[in-house]
Amino acid sequence: MASASTVEPTRRDFLFIATGAMAAVGAAAVVWPLINQMSPDASTLAMASTEVDIGSIPVGQIVTIKWRGKPVFISHRSPKEIEEAQNVDVATLRDPQPDSARVKKPEWLIVIGVCTHLGCIPLGHQGDYNGWFCPCHGSVYDTSGRIRKGPAPLNLAVPEYSFLTDTKVKIG
Amino acid sequence: MAFMKKFGLAAAAVIGLVALSTPSLRAAEGAEEPQPTRQNWTFAGVFGTFDKAQLKRGFQVYKEVCSSCHALHIPMRTLAQPGGPGFTEDEVKALAATYTVHDGPNMQGEMFDRPGRPADYFPAPFANPEAAAAALGAAPPDMSLLGKSIKYERGFPKFLWDPLPLPGAVYQEVGPDLIYAILNGYTHDDDPNWNLYFPGHKIAMPKPLTDGQVQYKDGAPATVQQYAKDVSAFLFWASEPNMEYRKLIGRRVLVFLLVFAVLLYFTKKRIWADVAH
Amino acid sequence: MHGHSTFEPKNGFVKWLEARLPILSFSHESFVAYPTPKNLNYWWTFGAILSFMLVAQIITGVVLAMHYTPESTMAFDSVEKIMRDVNWGWMLRYAHSNGASMFFFAVYIHMFRGIYYGSYKAPREVLWILGVIIFLLMMATGFMGYVLPWGQMSFWGATVITNLFSAIPFVGDQITVWLWGGYSVGNPTLNRFFSLHYLLPFVIAAVVGLHVWALHVVGQNNPDGVDIKDVKKDSVPFTPHATMKDSLGIAVFLLLYAWFIFFVPNYLGDADNYIPANPMKTPPHIVPEWYFLPFYAILRSIPNKLAGVVAMFAAIALLAFLPWLDTSKVRSGKYRPLFKIFFWIFAATAIGLGYLGAMPPEGGYVLAARLLSVSYFAFFLVILPVLGLVEKTKPVPATIADAVLAKH
Repeated sequence: MASASTVEPTRRDFLFIATGAMAAVGAAAVVWPLINQMSPDASTLAMASTEVDIGSIPVGQIVTIKWRGKPVFISHRSPKEIEEAQNVDVATLRDPQPDSARVKKPEWLIVIGVCTHLGCIPLGHQGDYNGWFCPCHGSVYDTSGRIRKGPAPLNLAVPEYSFLTDTKVKIG
Repeated sequence: MAFMKKFGLAAAAVIGLVALSTPSLRAAEGAEEPQPTRQNWTFAGVFGTFDKAQLKRGFQVYKEVCSSCHALHIPMRTLAQPGGPGFTEDEVKALAATYTVHDGPNMQGEMFDRPGRPADYFPAPFANPEAAAAALGAAPPDMSLLGKSIKYERGFPKFLWDPLPLPGAVYQEVGPDLIYAILNGYTHDDDPNWNLYFPGHKIAMPKPLTDGQVQYKDGAPATVQQYAKDVSAFLFWASEPNMEYRKLIGRRVLVFLLVFAVLLYFTKKRIWADVAH
Repeated sequence: MHGHSTFEPKNGFVKWLEARLPILSFSHESFVAYPTPKNLNYWWTFGAILSFMLVAQIITGVVLAMHYTPESTMAFDSVEKIMRDVNWGWMLRYAHSNGASMFFFAVYIHMFRGIYYGSYKAPREVLWILGVIIFLLMMATGFMGYVLPWGQMSFWGATVITNLFSAIPFVGDQITVWLWGGYSVGNPTLNRFFSLHYLLPFVIAAVVGLHVWALHVVGQNNPDGVDIKDVKKDSVPFTPHATMKDSLGIAVFLLLYAWFIFFVPNYLGDADNYIPANPMKTPPHIVPEWYFLPFYAILRSIPNKLAGVVAMFAAIALLAFLPWLDTSKVRSGKYRPLFKIFFWIFAATAIGLGYLGAMPPEGGYVLAARLLSVSYFAFFLVILPVLGLVEKTKPVPATIADAVLAKH
């Protein structure tokens, strides 16, 4: 504008900058709830833990239960499976972790049944290591649920859980 | 402000017409229920917050009296939410465990009962409204929204200033005022279903509260008036558990907008300074 | 019309884009250089306020639809879940429900402003009719949105309004059954209302595009009702002058809007809508949302089903004929002393009808509603055509610049 020079430039600039800054702050403050509303809501966050009776699972069997909308594998491992899981040179693994760090009791392996590659559900007692085999892209897990072959980067995740009694597990 | 004057005259004519047309109706209304008295609630107004002790007492009244007939369809975890009665997570866990919740199916495909958890909803006293109606004669309403779902007509002209940011206005507590009035409105000793404030004076719920019925732990008086007040506050909170946060955010938004509007006013003035308009 | 400046591409990319899609020069012409009459008052900021409200409603609505379930057994609970559990859900829902009220509040001011200053007169007839179409679409959208929470008022409002169509001779009943997708308002009705409630705002946005297009062809009306003759003397560039004024208008309007969202969020709603829909029990007083009340009062004032429905729709349809019903040669009400008086009577009539629409249809209320309905129709069908022929108007300034000079 032609008359700009007739007004003190500094005060004018300050006013415009302050107004513009307020508008930017306001816009940012409005955007936040619109983004945050997509995060899990209070009912999802409060989603309860699950208690499972494992007394009826025979040795050598894997049971799948649902927890937070995802499958959890509970594997009652045989002595042979435990041995296979323990006798591994941890240093050679893609995601190095000893079996002892993945179980609370050696005969019970509890892992989240979601392939760490792209989220498919691996099949139990299959693959070269007698653990899990993911049919989607060929990831192979061992009897400790550790990644051994294929594209997956990490071992099957271990959920938070505790033994309430010898035959009762609380997951979550 | 010439237009205000003209509009005022026209409006006065219309109001006069409306007023002239209604005296017969006003007389008829006189025979109906009186308006509840407006109570002093801590949660009223722009700075209103809930009285935690009052909400706790109100919850006790709900639990010991109301809950035998009324459902309260809210998750128990709400009790530990900020801006509420201020129960701790552990207290709510312990409380939830005292309820039995129907769940299932389990791995055998059977439904089973288990102790409640904070994520569960308060169990309803009846399986469905029909069962409640069959047992009680009429189905008691769910109480989760009662604080907002019942009202009385404020009438002209009160309704005009109820929403305004004036001292004494900003009236949003119509629900708890009416609940309080109804709970204290059983004034015919010979008829437990007669209520001064209930529309038509006939209420299906017989007088639910008596003095001394609930033992408060905090020394608040064990009177019907106190119970009524506490449970009304509790029900208003249950219907609007985010109210404190809403008002907090609202105050910030208003301050922000006021400052912003003032800045915009001066910016606009500056930009238009060289234009005759 | 020539603008205040022309768009000149500064860098290579802009030149490249301009040769392929001249969107930047188009925006410059429409929203920067566009000549705005310099004498506009703050009633003219409601166009911008309405655009803002449309965007606000679409954004909050899209977000709410992420959490809402359009199924009759779950809709009410899903709304409660939004209120209690979804992050900021209470704010988004209150913003959307009160936003509808604010939208209508703003559109009514916009319409009354148009009537007062004769904004519907040649050459702005198409602009005005597009506005009436937007208003109708808003009513349809608002009504269907109110049904979605599936409370008592949602259900019974839907029942009453859809039953209006049963007044159509011969095919009325078939039409209502078709609207419902059943023999009463039910799950199919809710589901289709949700679909249409989501669709219509985008139709509104499209018609708003036409409305703005038409506006930019004929230019804005202004309080003096004389067109821009000399761009330099009569007008200012849209940006920054009108943009800043509109921004101020929006900020002040937002104060009102925020007050409702955060402090009296349920004042404009009906308490009965917090009771889940019950097809077996009608609430004692069926009242539509406040923005439908004047038309609802007209509907009820006529003791005949078909005639009532016709009168109600006629009350809206008449707006589209305003450009031809008003016979006055003078555009702005500012220079029409008699028109001014009747305008304010009309405004008071509309508000009076709104009040009566909320009252029970008994006793004196019915009589008052009838008198005001007559007054409403008389404004369009008698006053406006006759006034143009008999009114002695004040002299109209030759240009906007003259009008501004006369004021100072």
